[in-house]
Amino acid sequence: MLAVYKKELRSFFINPVGFVFTGIFLTLAAFLCCFTTLKTKTYSTSNFFYYLVLSLIVLIPLLTMRSFAEERKMRTEQMLLTAPVTITGLVLGKYLASFTIFAGCLLVSCFDFVPLYIVGKAEAALNKDAITHIGPVTSQIAASVLGVLLIGAAFIAIGVFVSSLTENQLSSAIITIAVLLVMVAVNVLNTIGSDSEGTRLINSYVVRYIIDWMSILSRFSSFRYGILDWSALVYYLSLSFIFVYLTVRVYERRRWA
Amino acid sequence: MIKISHLVKNYGNFCAVDDISFEVAKGEVVGFLGPNGAGKSTTMNMVTGYLSSTSGSVTIGGVDILDDPLNAKRLIGYLPEQPPLYPDMTVAEYLSFAYDLKGCTFNREKHIGEICDVVKITDVKNRLIKNLSKGYKQRVGIAQALVGNPPVIIFDEPTIGLDPKQIIEIRNLIRTLGKEHTVILSTHILQEVQAVCDRIVIINKGKIVADELTENISRAVENTRRFNVKISGPQRDVLATLRNLPGISYAEVLAARDGDAYTYMIESEVGVDIRKKLFWTLSDKGWPMIGLEALGMSIEDIFIAVVDKTDEEKRPGLRQDRKKKPDSRRAAAEKAMASEIVEKTADDRKRSGDGEPEEEAPAGDYYEDHTVTEDTFAKMTEKAAADREERAGDGGEKKGE
Repeated sequence: MLAVYKKELRSFFINPVGFVFTGIFLTLAAFLCCFTTLKTKTYSTSNFFYYLVLSLIVLIPLLTMRSFAEERKMRTEQMLLTAPVTITGLVLGKYLASFTIFAGCLLVSCFDFVPLYIVGKAEAALNKDAITHIGPVTSQIAASVLGVLLIGAAFIAIGVFVSSLTENQLSSAIITIAVLLVMVAVNVLNTIGSDSEGTRLINSYVVRYIIDWMSILSRFSSFRYGILDWSALVYYLSLSFIFVYLTVRVYERRRWA
Repeated sequence: MIKISHLVKNYGNFCAVDDISFEVAKGEVVGFLGPNGAGKSTTMNMVTGYLSSTSGSVTIGGVDILDDPLNAKRLIGYLPEQPPLYPDMTVAEYLSFAYDLKGCTFNREKHIGEICDVVKITDVKNRLIKNLSKGYKQRVGIAQALVGNPPVIIFDEPTIGLDPKQIIEIRNLIRTLGKEHTVILSTHILQEVQAVCDRIVIINKGKIVADELTENISRAVENTRRFNVKISGPQRDVLATLRNLPGISYAEVLAARDGDAYTYMIESEVGVDIRKKLFWTLSDKGWPMIGLEALGMSIEDIFIAVVDKTDEEKRPGLRQDRKKKPDSRRAAAEKAMASEIVEKTADDRKRSGDGEPEEEAPAGDYYEDHTVTEDTFAKMTEKAAADREERAGDGGEKKGE
């Protein structure tokens, strides 16, 4: 597993893909941070993380599109599958490598908050007798980062799974984007129309509840306000687990086909 | 070392491999032959654990590849049909990855260096694989299979894309490996099998049709009674003389002509060496013999005959008309030999099937240590270095004289 992990990490930066991903991620995070906090004169980071999760829909497939599709196309999977490595180890190696890159980028982009803290400190110094806290809330940021990490983990699992089904990087990326888009955007359906005018798209409360329950984004809102929601944590972790497991199954099944 | 029993692989309704059984002993080099689509690669992929079998089992050194894949795979070095290379890596990086992947415990630098020396890729070690030529890529693939010095080595067409000199080197390498390792070699190049393998297994349409020691086949091939003779003289008289010569059972004129000389094909009777007699007869007549060539049956002929024969058996209707007109006596002889081999194999298989149920491997056997203790590659490089020195020494001496 370690060998696959090391090789994957290295191949990210042998290929332009790794640089493209880190470059786009860091630039985008910096811009988003700038526009959602400093420009709008607020210390609340909840919008920043909201948009960051939306942009992950496009960014994560960049990271995962190669993982298995490329191996299959180049026939290198034959080497991996005849080597003394379990399929689980193989999938986990690839999954963790993608996750490491993603987590690294996310943690680096936390430096974007430094100006926010500086400004906050200066403003707090000016209003010494303010009752409310002035400046960004660290616990909120920490919870949000954890939430984004978990969402990223789930997205990467989905991306790796889709990649294991295809032989073409591009189709792998596009299918992943489509799947992620659906999973993130289902709860938008709930907000269409309004009750007072009777134009609600989905009238049944039960259906709305289920959609809300499934949606990735609705569970993220508690993280954004600094609440560690255990059910959301379990939800994201099990989502990752399920798709990693499915990837392993795909490979097991192909051997038997 | 490798035991394949009743291996079957179905793809839907299509049966790619149909009840194959054979064993390869330790230190044996087996050539695995067959026409395209015969199921060679499928079998290889099942032996190495890349594909699973529909039924039947493969054990490597007593370890079943499906029950305990990790320990079984640890014993195998595999070069698939298309070498599994990462184009964006350098050769050294790639081999280092293979080293990690196989969990080797040798001295990394030394081990990889030795392998590079053996397959002669040291000078491209730091180049990207995608920039290498086909031959070099192939060699990197071979190197990858050798990493970790596994006791079982499986090559699927290893010499494709190599230049003639390289082919000979790789064949020598395989022969050297065959002393301590168990090697299965799948190939289309029949001379290669003849040169390298101890045993030949021919497979057609998913079934084993021949399983014979190379020695036996070669002996059959060499034991020829047919010659091409080039004789300068009046064609009709010469032919008449040849036909009347006691000891010659058959003679005919071939089309090839060289000045006033014609080429004749003759076949002697069993157990008669006709050559001396032929010489004296012709010299008496005053017709100089300007060429004599023994017509060995090539291994290709046997291969084709065996495959043809098994095809015939499977589809009797289709080949009927062709069967009726034998192309030549030569083809007939090949067919006879082919059917002999095929029948013998079928007999063997039947006998082994009838025999008592296979005894269980003793418990101790399971954990038998199959690691190749000797440092094969180090020895090879040492030997090569010694050879070079010797040659250099010779050159020096000669210059001295």
